[in-house]
Amino acid sequence: MASWSENPILKVEHLTMRFGGLVAIDDLSFDVGRGDITALIGPNGAGKTTVFNCITGFYKPTEGRLKLRHHDGDTFLLERMPDFKIARHAKVARTFQNIRLFGGMTVLENLMVAQHNPLMHASAFSFAGIFSLPRFRNAEAKAVERATYWLEHVNLIDRADDPASDLPYGAQRRLEIARAMCTGPELLCLDEPAAGLNPRESAELNKLLRYIGANHETSILLIEHDMSVVMEISDHVVVLDYGEKISDGNPEKVKNDPAVIAAYLGVDDEEVETVEQEVGV
Amino acid sequence: MAATTENRVIASLKDSLISAVIAFALFGPIVGLKTETEPGGLALSAHFGTVGVIVAIVFVGRLLLNLLVWKADRPITRGLSGLIPAQTSLGGFGKFVAPVALLFALIFPFLPITDRYILDLSVLVLTYVMLGWGLNIVVGLAGLLDLGYVAFYAVGAYSYALLSTKFFPMLVEMGYVGGGIMDWAFWICLPLAGILAAFWGIILGFPVLRLRGDYLAIVTLAFGEIVRIVLLNWYWFTGGPDGISRIPRPSFFGIPFSRGEGGFADTFNLDYSSMQRIVFFYYLILALALLTNLVTLRLRRLPIGRAWEALREDEIACRSLGINTTNTKLTAFAIGAMFGGFAGSFFATRQGFISPESFTFIESAVILAIVVLGGLGSQIGVVIAAVVMIGGFEIFRQAEEFRMLIFGLLMVFIMVWRPRGLISSRKPSIGLHSRKAIGAENVAQGQG
Ligand SMILES: Nc1ncnc2c1ncn2[C@@H]1O[C@H](COP(=O)(O)OP(=O)(O)O)[C@@H](O)[C@H]1O
Ligand SMILES: [Mg+2]
Repeated sequence: MASWSENPILKVEHLTMRFGGLVAIDDLSFDVGRGDITALIGPNGAGKTTVFNCITGFYKPTEGRLKLRHHDGDTFLLERMPDFKIARHAKVARTFQNIRLFGGMTVLENLMVAQHNPLMHASAFSFAGIFSLPRFRNAEAKAVERATYWLEHVNLIDRADDPASDLPYGAQRRLEIARAMCTGPELLCLDEPAAGLNPRESAELNKLLRYIGANHETSILLIEHDMSVVMEISDHVVVLDYGEKISDGNPEKVKNDPAVIAAYLGVDDEEVETVEQEVGV
Repeated sequence: MAATTENRVIASLKDSLISAVIAFALFGPIVGLKTETEPGGLALSAHFGTVGVIVAIVFVGRLLLNLLVWKADRPITRGLSGLIPAQTSLGGFGKFVAPVALLFALIFPFLPITDRYILDLSVLVLTYVMLGWGLNIVVGLAGLLDLGYVAFYAVGAYSYALLSTKFFPMLVEMGYVGGGIMDWAFWICLPLAGILAAFWGIILGFPVLRLRGDYLAIVTLAFGEIVRIVLLNWYWFTGGPDGISRIPRPSFFGIPFSRGEGGFADTFNLDYSSMQRIVFFYYLILALALLTNLVTLRLRRLPIGRAWEALREDEIACRSLGINTTNTKLTAFAIGAMFGGFAGSFFATRQGFISPESFTFIESAVILAIVVLGGLGSQIGVVIAAVVMIGGFEIFRQAEEFRMLIFGLLMVFIMVWRPRGLISSRKPSIGLHSRKAIGAENVAQGQG
């Protein structure tokens, strides 16, 4: 049994998602190992974002089960929960392929919004907040502290008071990750976090993801196009093509899987061997 | 150089001529030919002079616009836009103006220029300031376009009116409470009216808030009308078109503003004057408006306020962070409605008489216009817009039907020069080192 199946944080079982006649995901099963960095890869339109949308509740899967287990043993069936409850109770945070920041709010405010639920609780639905009771002030100070922690780790502390939409593209990607981390997630889903980054930013991102994996109770599931990033940081790779899983294993295994090469290069199975020789694997 | 100038003049002349021909074709039959009743039937009479004047105006106007603005090297309008202060220079504006405005508002009733008419007008302006601030929570902060805000104003007014003219006298009659309660009617009904309005905000909000953008706007508009029409037709309960009259006036915390023994003037050893009640109304609505403002400013800096603004920026991102967007929208709706309800009961007690006529769609439109002109989310902008609009309405009262024309022109001008309202920058709710104003170009207006 592969290491990710021994103590998975998330078990995806027979997940199917249809849009009318279009089968975007077809009977997909895979495990996301606890503490691992798992990569979900595949050509454009393979259904990767759709998998994310099912996991985070933005789409209701047509069929299948998504079982999430926290490190303390709490179990959630994600396919039955609405999106905001998945984020709130099941502690699944995500970023978006097209960045979705609160552009007119400052960087710090973005991170404060991410801590809405604990702060709301501390403000006793705003009653303690209106009168600025110590209970609320302490919680707010803690929230700022946590935001500062993440701002330091994504290198944005100097821009804390600038509007989020004024940040350069790479910084916006980092901020979105910091915002997701401020919710204290068990599972962090990143949709193409390296898209549009230059090589230096890309290297920084790898460092950040490793840091998160090593220092927090957060497992990472990421969608990525850049194979070099995937091979470098992931423990486990799942490959999708036309909504079906075509390969699943460690980076070394996936890299050498003829089906993956065929999908990526768009050739018939018989030709794979010749292609393999050409690309030298 | 000379050639291009000539070309330009010729092109402009040509364009203007075409416009003149179109104007002639349009206005010729409409204005130029008029039917008049004659003994034998209808007869046509020609008014070609008027048509000539209209066509000439179109021709000359178009020519001037062409030469000076559209085809000019240096459009004269460029000079105009320089006259509008830059947004950044308005950043510190609120900080300076707000305390001065507050001080002015506090001493206003005792200024020598203040007479009964002006004070009455200021009470009206302040009512709209309060309504603007209330609606600002829904539209400016949460980004939900509500075209039926007047419904909550109506609920507040009718709650107060019905409680104080029907329910309380009934309680007194049945002996549950003493007659003295009537002196306190306003102070008991005010919170009740607010709560009832908030309650209706939630009831109406539930089905409505899953809609977005234009759909939300249309349905809220419809709800505003439904409330008015129910008030109009529920005759035995609301009095229908006859409205409700003899609504109790508020007391000075139990002391009525009446002539003679036990009245306000008697208690405080003053000469009786009907102005006392108006001054009291003024301070009452000032206090209510300031309460609205204080609560809004405070809520903006709490998690709930930040969630409202985040909702305006990006609803999907909010959901991905675990924010229950339905509840968050409902609180915005309910709190906005509550302040609308307070304002409504103030309106009822001030007028002493209410009927559904006071709660037409045009009221919602005026309140929304105040919020939009002032700048979505800006508290001081709402004050300026309310003073200009409601005050302006009064000033142009002699102009009769031209009033709406002037109002419309003003609106067009502001929307051209300041599409995001007078004061459109946003102050962050929290800062690590500083809190710099955020320009309008960054701030989203909300999609529903
Ligand atoms: N909401 C939707 N409605 C209809 N089709 C959709 C929807 N979302 C995704 N799809 C379709 O599902 C397929 C997979 O899309 P997606 O998951 O975005 O691919 P990718 O792997 O590039 O992220 C595509 O064919 C896409 O058109
Ligand atoms: Mg995608």
